[in-house]
Amino acid sequence: MTDLKPRYDLAVIGAGPAGLAAATLAATRGLSTVLLDEQAAPGGQIYRAITRSPVRNPNVLGTDYWHGADLVGPFRDSGADYLPGAAVWSVSRTLDIGLSRDGAARILPARHVILATGALERPFPVPGWTLPGVMGAGAAQILLKTSGLVASGNVVMAGSGPLLWLLAWQYLRAGARIDAILDTTPRENWRQAMPLLPAFARSGYVGKGLKLLLEVRRKVKVIGNVSALRAEGDGRVQSVVYRQGNGAEQRLPADTLLLHHGVIPNINLANATGCAQSWDEAQRCWVPDVDGWGATSVEGVAIAGDGAGIGGALAAEHRGRLTALDALHRLGAIDRATRDRDAAPHREALDRALRGRDFLDALYRPGKDFRVPADDTIVCRCEEVTAGQVRDAVKLGVSGPNQTKSFLRCGMGPCQGRLCGPTVVEVIADARGVSPAEVGYYRLRPPVKPITLAELASLPKAEDEVAAVMHH
Amino acid sequence: MFQRLPDAGGERVSFTIDGQPAEALSGDSVAAALIANGVGACRTTPVSGAPRGPYCMMGVCFDCLVTIDGTGNQQGCQIRVHPGMRVETQNGKREIER
Amino acid sequence: MTERTRSDCDVAVIGGGLVGSAIAWGLAQQGQTVAVLDEGDVAVRPSRGNFALVWVQGKGLGLPEYAGWTKMSSDTWTGFAERLQEQTGIDVCYRRPGGFLPLLSEEEMERRAGQLRRLHNQPNVVRYDYEMMDRAAVAKEMPFIGKDVVGASYCPLDGHCNSLKLLRALHSGMSLSGVSYLPHHRVERIEPRDGGFRMVTASGDEVRSGKVVIAAGHDARRLAPMVGLDAPVRPERGHVIVTEKTAPFLNFPVGFIRQTDEGGVMIGDSFEDVGLDTTVRNGVTSTIADRALRIFPLLGKLNVVRTWAALRVLTPDGFPIYEQSTTMPGAFVATCHSGVTLAANHALALATHIAAGTLPDEFSAFSARRFHVPAVA
Repeated sequence: MTDLKPRYDLAVIGAGPAGLAAATLAATRGLSTVLLDEQAAPGGQIYRAITRSPVRNPNVLGTDYWHGADLVGPFRDSGADYLPGAAVWSVSRTLDIGLSRDGAARILPARHVILATGALERPFPVPGWTLPGVMGAGAAQILLKTSGLVASGNVVMAGSGPLLWLLAWQYLRAGARIDAILDTTPRENWRQAMPLLPAFARSGYVGKGLKLLLEVRRKVKVIGNVSALRAEGDGRVQSVVYRQGNGAEQRLPADTLLLHHGVIPNINLANATGCAQSWDEAQRCWVPDVDGWGATSVEGVAIAGDGAGIGGALAAEHRGRLTALDALHRLGAIDRATRDRDAAPHREALDRALRGRDFLDALYRPGKDFRVPADDTIVCRCEEVTAGQVRDAVKLGVSGPNQTKSFLRCGMGPCQGRLCGPTVVEVIADARGVSPAEVGYYRLRPPVKPITLAELASLPKAEDEVAAVMHH
Repeated sequence: MFQRLPDAGGERVSFTIDGQPAEALSGDSVAAALIANGVGACRTTPVSGAPRGPYCMMGVCFDCLVTIDGTGNQQGCQIRVHPGMRVETQNGKREIER
Repeated sequence: MTERTRSDCDVAVIGGGLVGSAIAWGLAQQGQTVAVLDEGDVAVRPSRGNFALVWVQGKGLGLPEYAGWTKMSSDTWTGFAERLQEQTGIDVCYRRPGGFLPLLSEEEMERRAGQLRRLHNQPNVVRYDYEMMDRAAVAKEMPFIGKDVVGASYCPLDGHCNSLKLLRALHSGMSLSGVSYLPHHRVERIEPRDGGFRMVTASGDEVRSGKVVIAAGHDARRLAPMVGLDAPVRPERGHVIVTEKTAPFLNFPVGFIRQTDEGGVMIGDSFEDVGLDTTVRNGVTSTIADRALRIFPLLGKLNVVRTWAALRVLTPDGFPIYEQSTTMPGAFVATCHSGVTLAANHALALATHIAAGTLPDEFSAFSARRFHVPAVA
């Protein structure tokens, strides 16, 4: 482990593609830089376990995955300090970073902060999604990358989006069996997506994506136009019940059900720091407000990568470099002209990487019945609050998620709304007949990851902070 | 149910689940090690007592909470299994002194 | 006679927090038609950040009427909670096991004993039991206290509830009693009109009522002068920490530490004059955590899942203001920073007086005239 300096020019939080690229560029060009990451090894989720995956056959995970290694080497050589296993639980407006590692908390000051906290899977609330054996497709992919584990027995995948198909393809490569893929992509999405097809056709996705899709479709039973879904079982998932369109209910045996409805930005840290955010109608999620350099509404705090809106791994890399260049400029290491000049190739690469993204957004937008679930569906997994309870609160006059939080505790559990926030907002918006933009989002506060009371007690305290408690 | 790829590399790590000997691969998170050993449900919830197992595997859902070496409510997916580790499944609310 | 609209009502209550909703619920039980005008999802809302004590000990030094008012609320809280549960099915988890205020030095012990002695020696003060306990006596009830605990003051009347469930029960009860709850109705102006009042909101809506009750927390400062009243309140920031759900171990509310019915341990509090800023300061929560660990070292391993800061609504002397306007009768102000403790009084006693149109003489102690600030219209 690195011995930390007492203070850094730049702290980058998250060691996925955006964070690795940002830290590498900044450190190479002279900023004292630290990369803080919750995981034990670099790569983020997309390149999880890139330095130590037990999956020996490189064809299983595919070349796009192994590209992650190209980011780690230069990072190691960049001179940036690296602190794995560090959970960042707070970034204050004064750029003091609260982190916890091996059960000890500390505050690390920085002159500039880049949040590269990436994405998480969009909540997929269906009845039974809390049963053991139901997991995110992303979770299954992490199990494959980090531990060489694949689901066995009856395996059903359900949902929509590139990652679902990629996982299926990787499973097939690994020799795993998939009983069925329940495709929830609404048919009408094609209508919205078609006009965007030409741009997509010119993107790098199309050839690879099509090949992958066809290969999966050739080998796996794909059930399309799935409009309703639930998991059933006693103590764990045993079957999946679904409907195609308006058809009758069908049932499949399942030992594992892997759900996926795309990914959304992981905004908790940015939100708790006070970064302004807006509702993104195209991606159907909350996204922090950033400018072309990733700068947020909080002075000195920038966001790189999917945490500032989903763009994918390659885009994240380029956005990481752009935020790093802006950090160099803001800290006085380079002038504006240098920043702009050096940014040009990265901007071009970013544009290329983002080409066709809006086609994917339009095509894979989850259907309304999955975003706004029926009354009996648990939306808040931590506090076990159902969509019906949220609707009842709206009937009492509650108009937003901070009030449902007070009334129902939804969003108050340890996940701090990560798995319920988007759904609660959609349910309230639907019940009130307004846009999620009008409903708003949870107001979050530190710690965004739990720390023990002893850790909290161990932090430095200013005189006036002590006086605020002890003088009474 | 999950199974390991036949050619998965890594050293074997011995640990215990609820006092019973178990094996994992070095690099496994506790949650992955539980899954590899066929333990799908790692706790019951403090609200309704419903069984839960790992859901996200990336530290955001807090469904894989377990007691590790005597300390409750640890995120199983964020902690690597190590030789001799004592992992215990949980029932409802954690106890104050563990 | 003006044309009646849906919003026309006997009483308009401005503020949907614990004070406003308790009064509104109480008015509805008196048969009044009531509208509650509230802001939206994000507003300065002390009622969503409070500590949920129903606390008696130590209150009323300097205003003996406040000691009596507090004890009365505590004494009627059980019945109040039962009525809410009967009507709404929501158990607000009121418990009255007695409360401890832990003390960490001989000096703190002496100061606390002196405070309580002076409080209870005031002329005409209500009588109730309290006790200064030494360390051994505290340890008998809570053997896990830290070595720094020298003793505690104890009062059998102290208790606590689940204040979020209380808020929901009041809103649910309001709905069942026909109260119109109007969110997104931030009041810009209150004007006397046709023997009653007309409220104009930020979005241009109008609500007319016979009477108006300003229970708007910090906003009472702005609104009260519109009807010839005075509410010189200021915000005081307090921080609260809450831990993950833990199996029950703490049977008493212990001043600034309590275990909720759901299992989380809440730990407060702090006192800062910072305007309407609810930013959490880690150094403040750290100090709170540090003090809590001196009292109960076994809390150290618990995970903190949330911290927050909320703004107490404080008058210059810390006591409530309840008053009817002399220049515009029918307009009332009610403000205090103990919306949980006093909820029973607000719902049962105060609402009854407001419905009748007169605050009895004993309320004169709670008039803002005590601040010698002339009311301005």
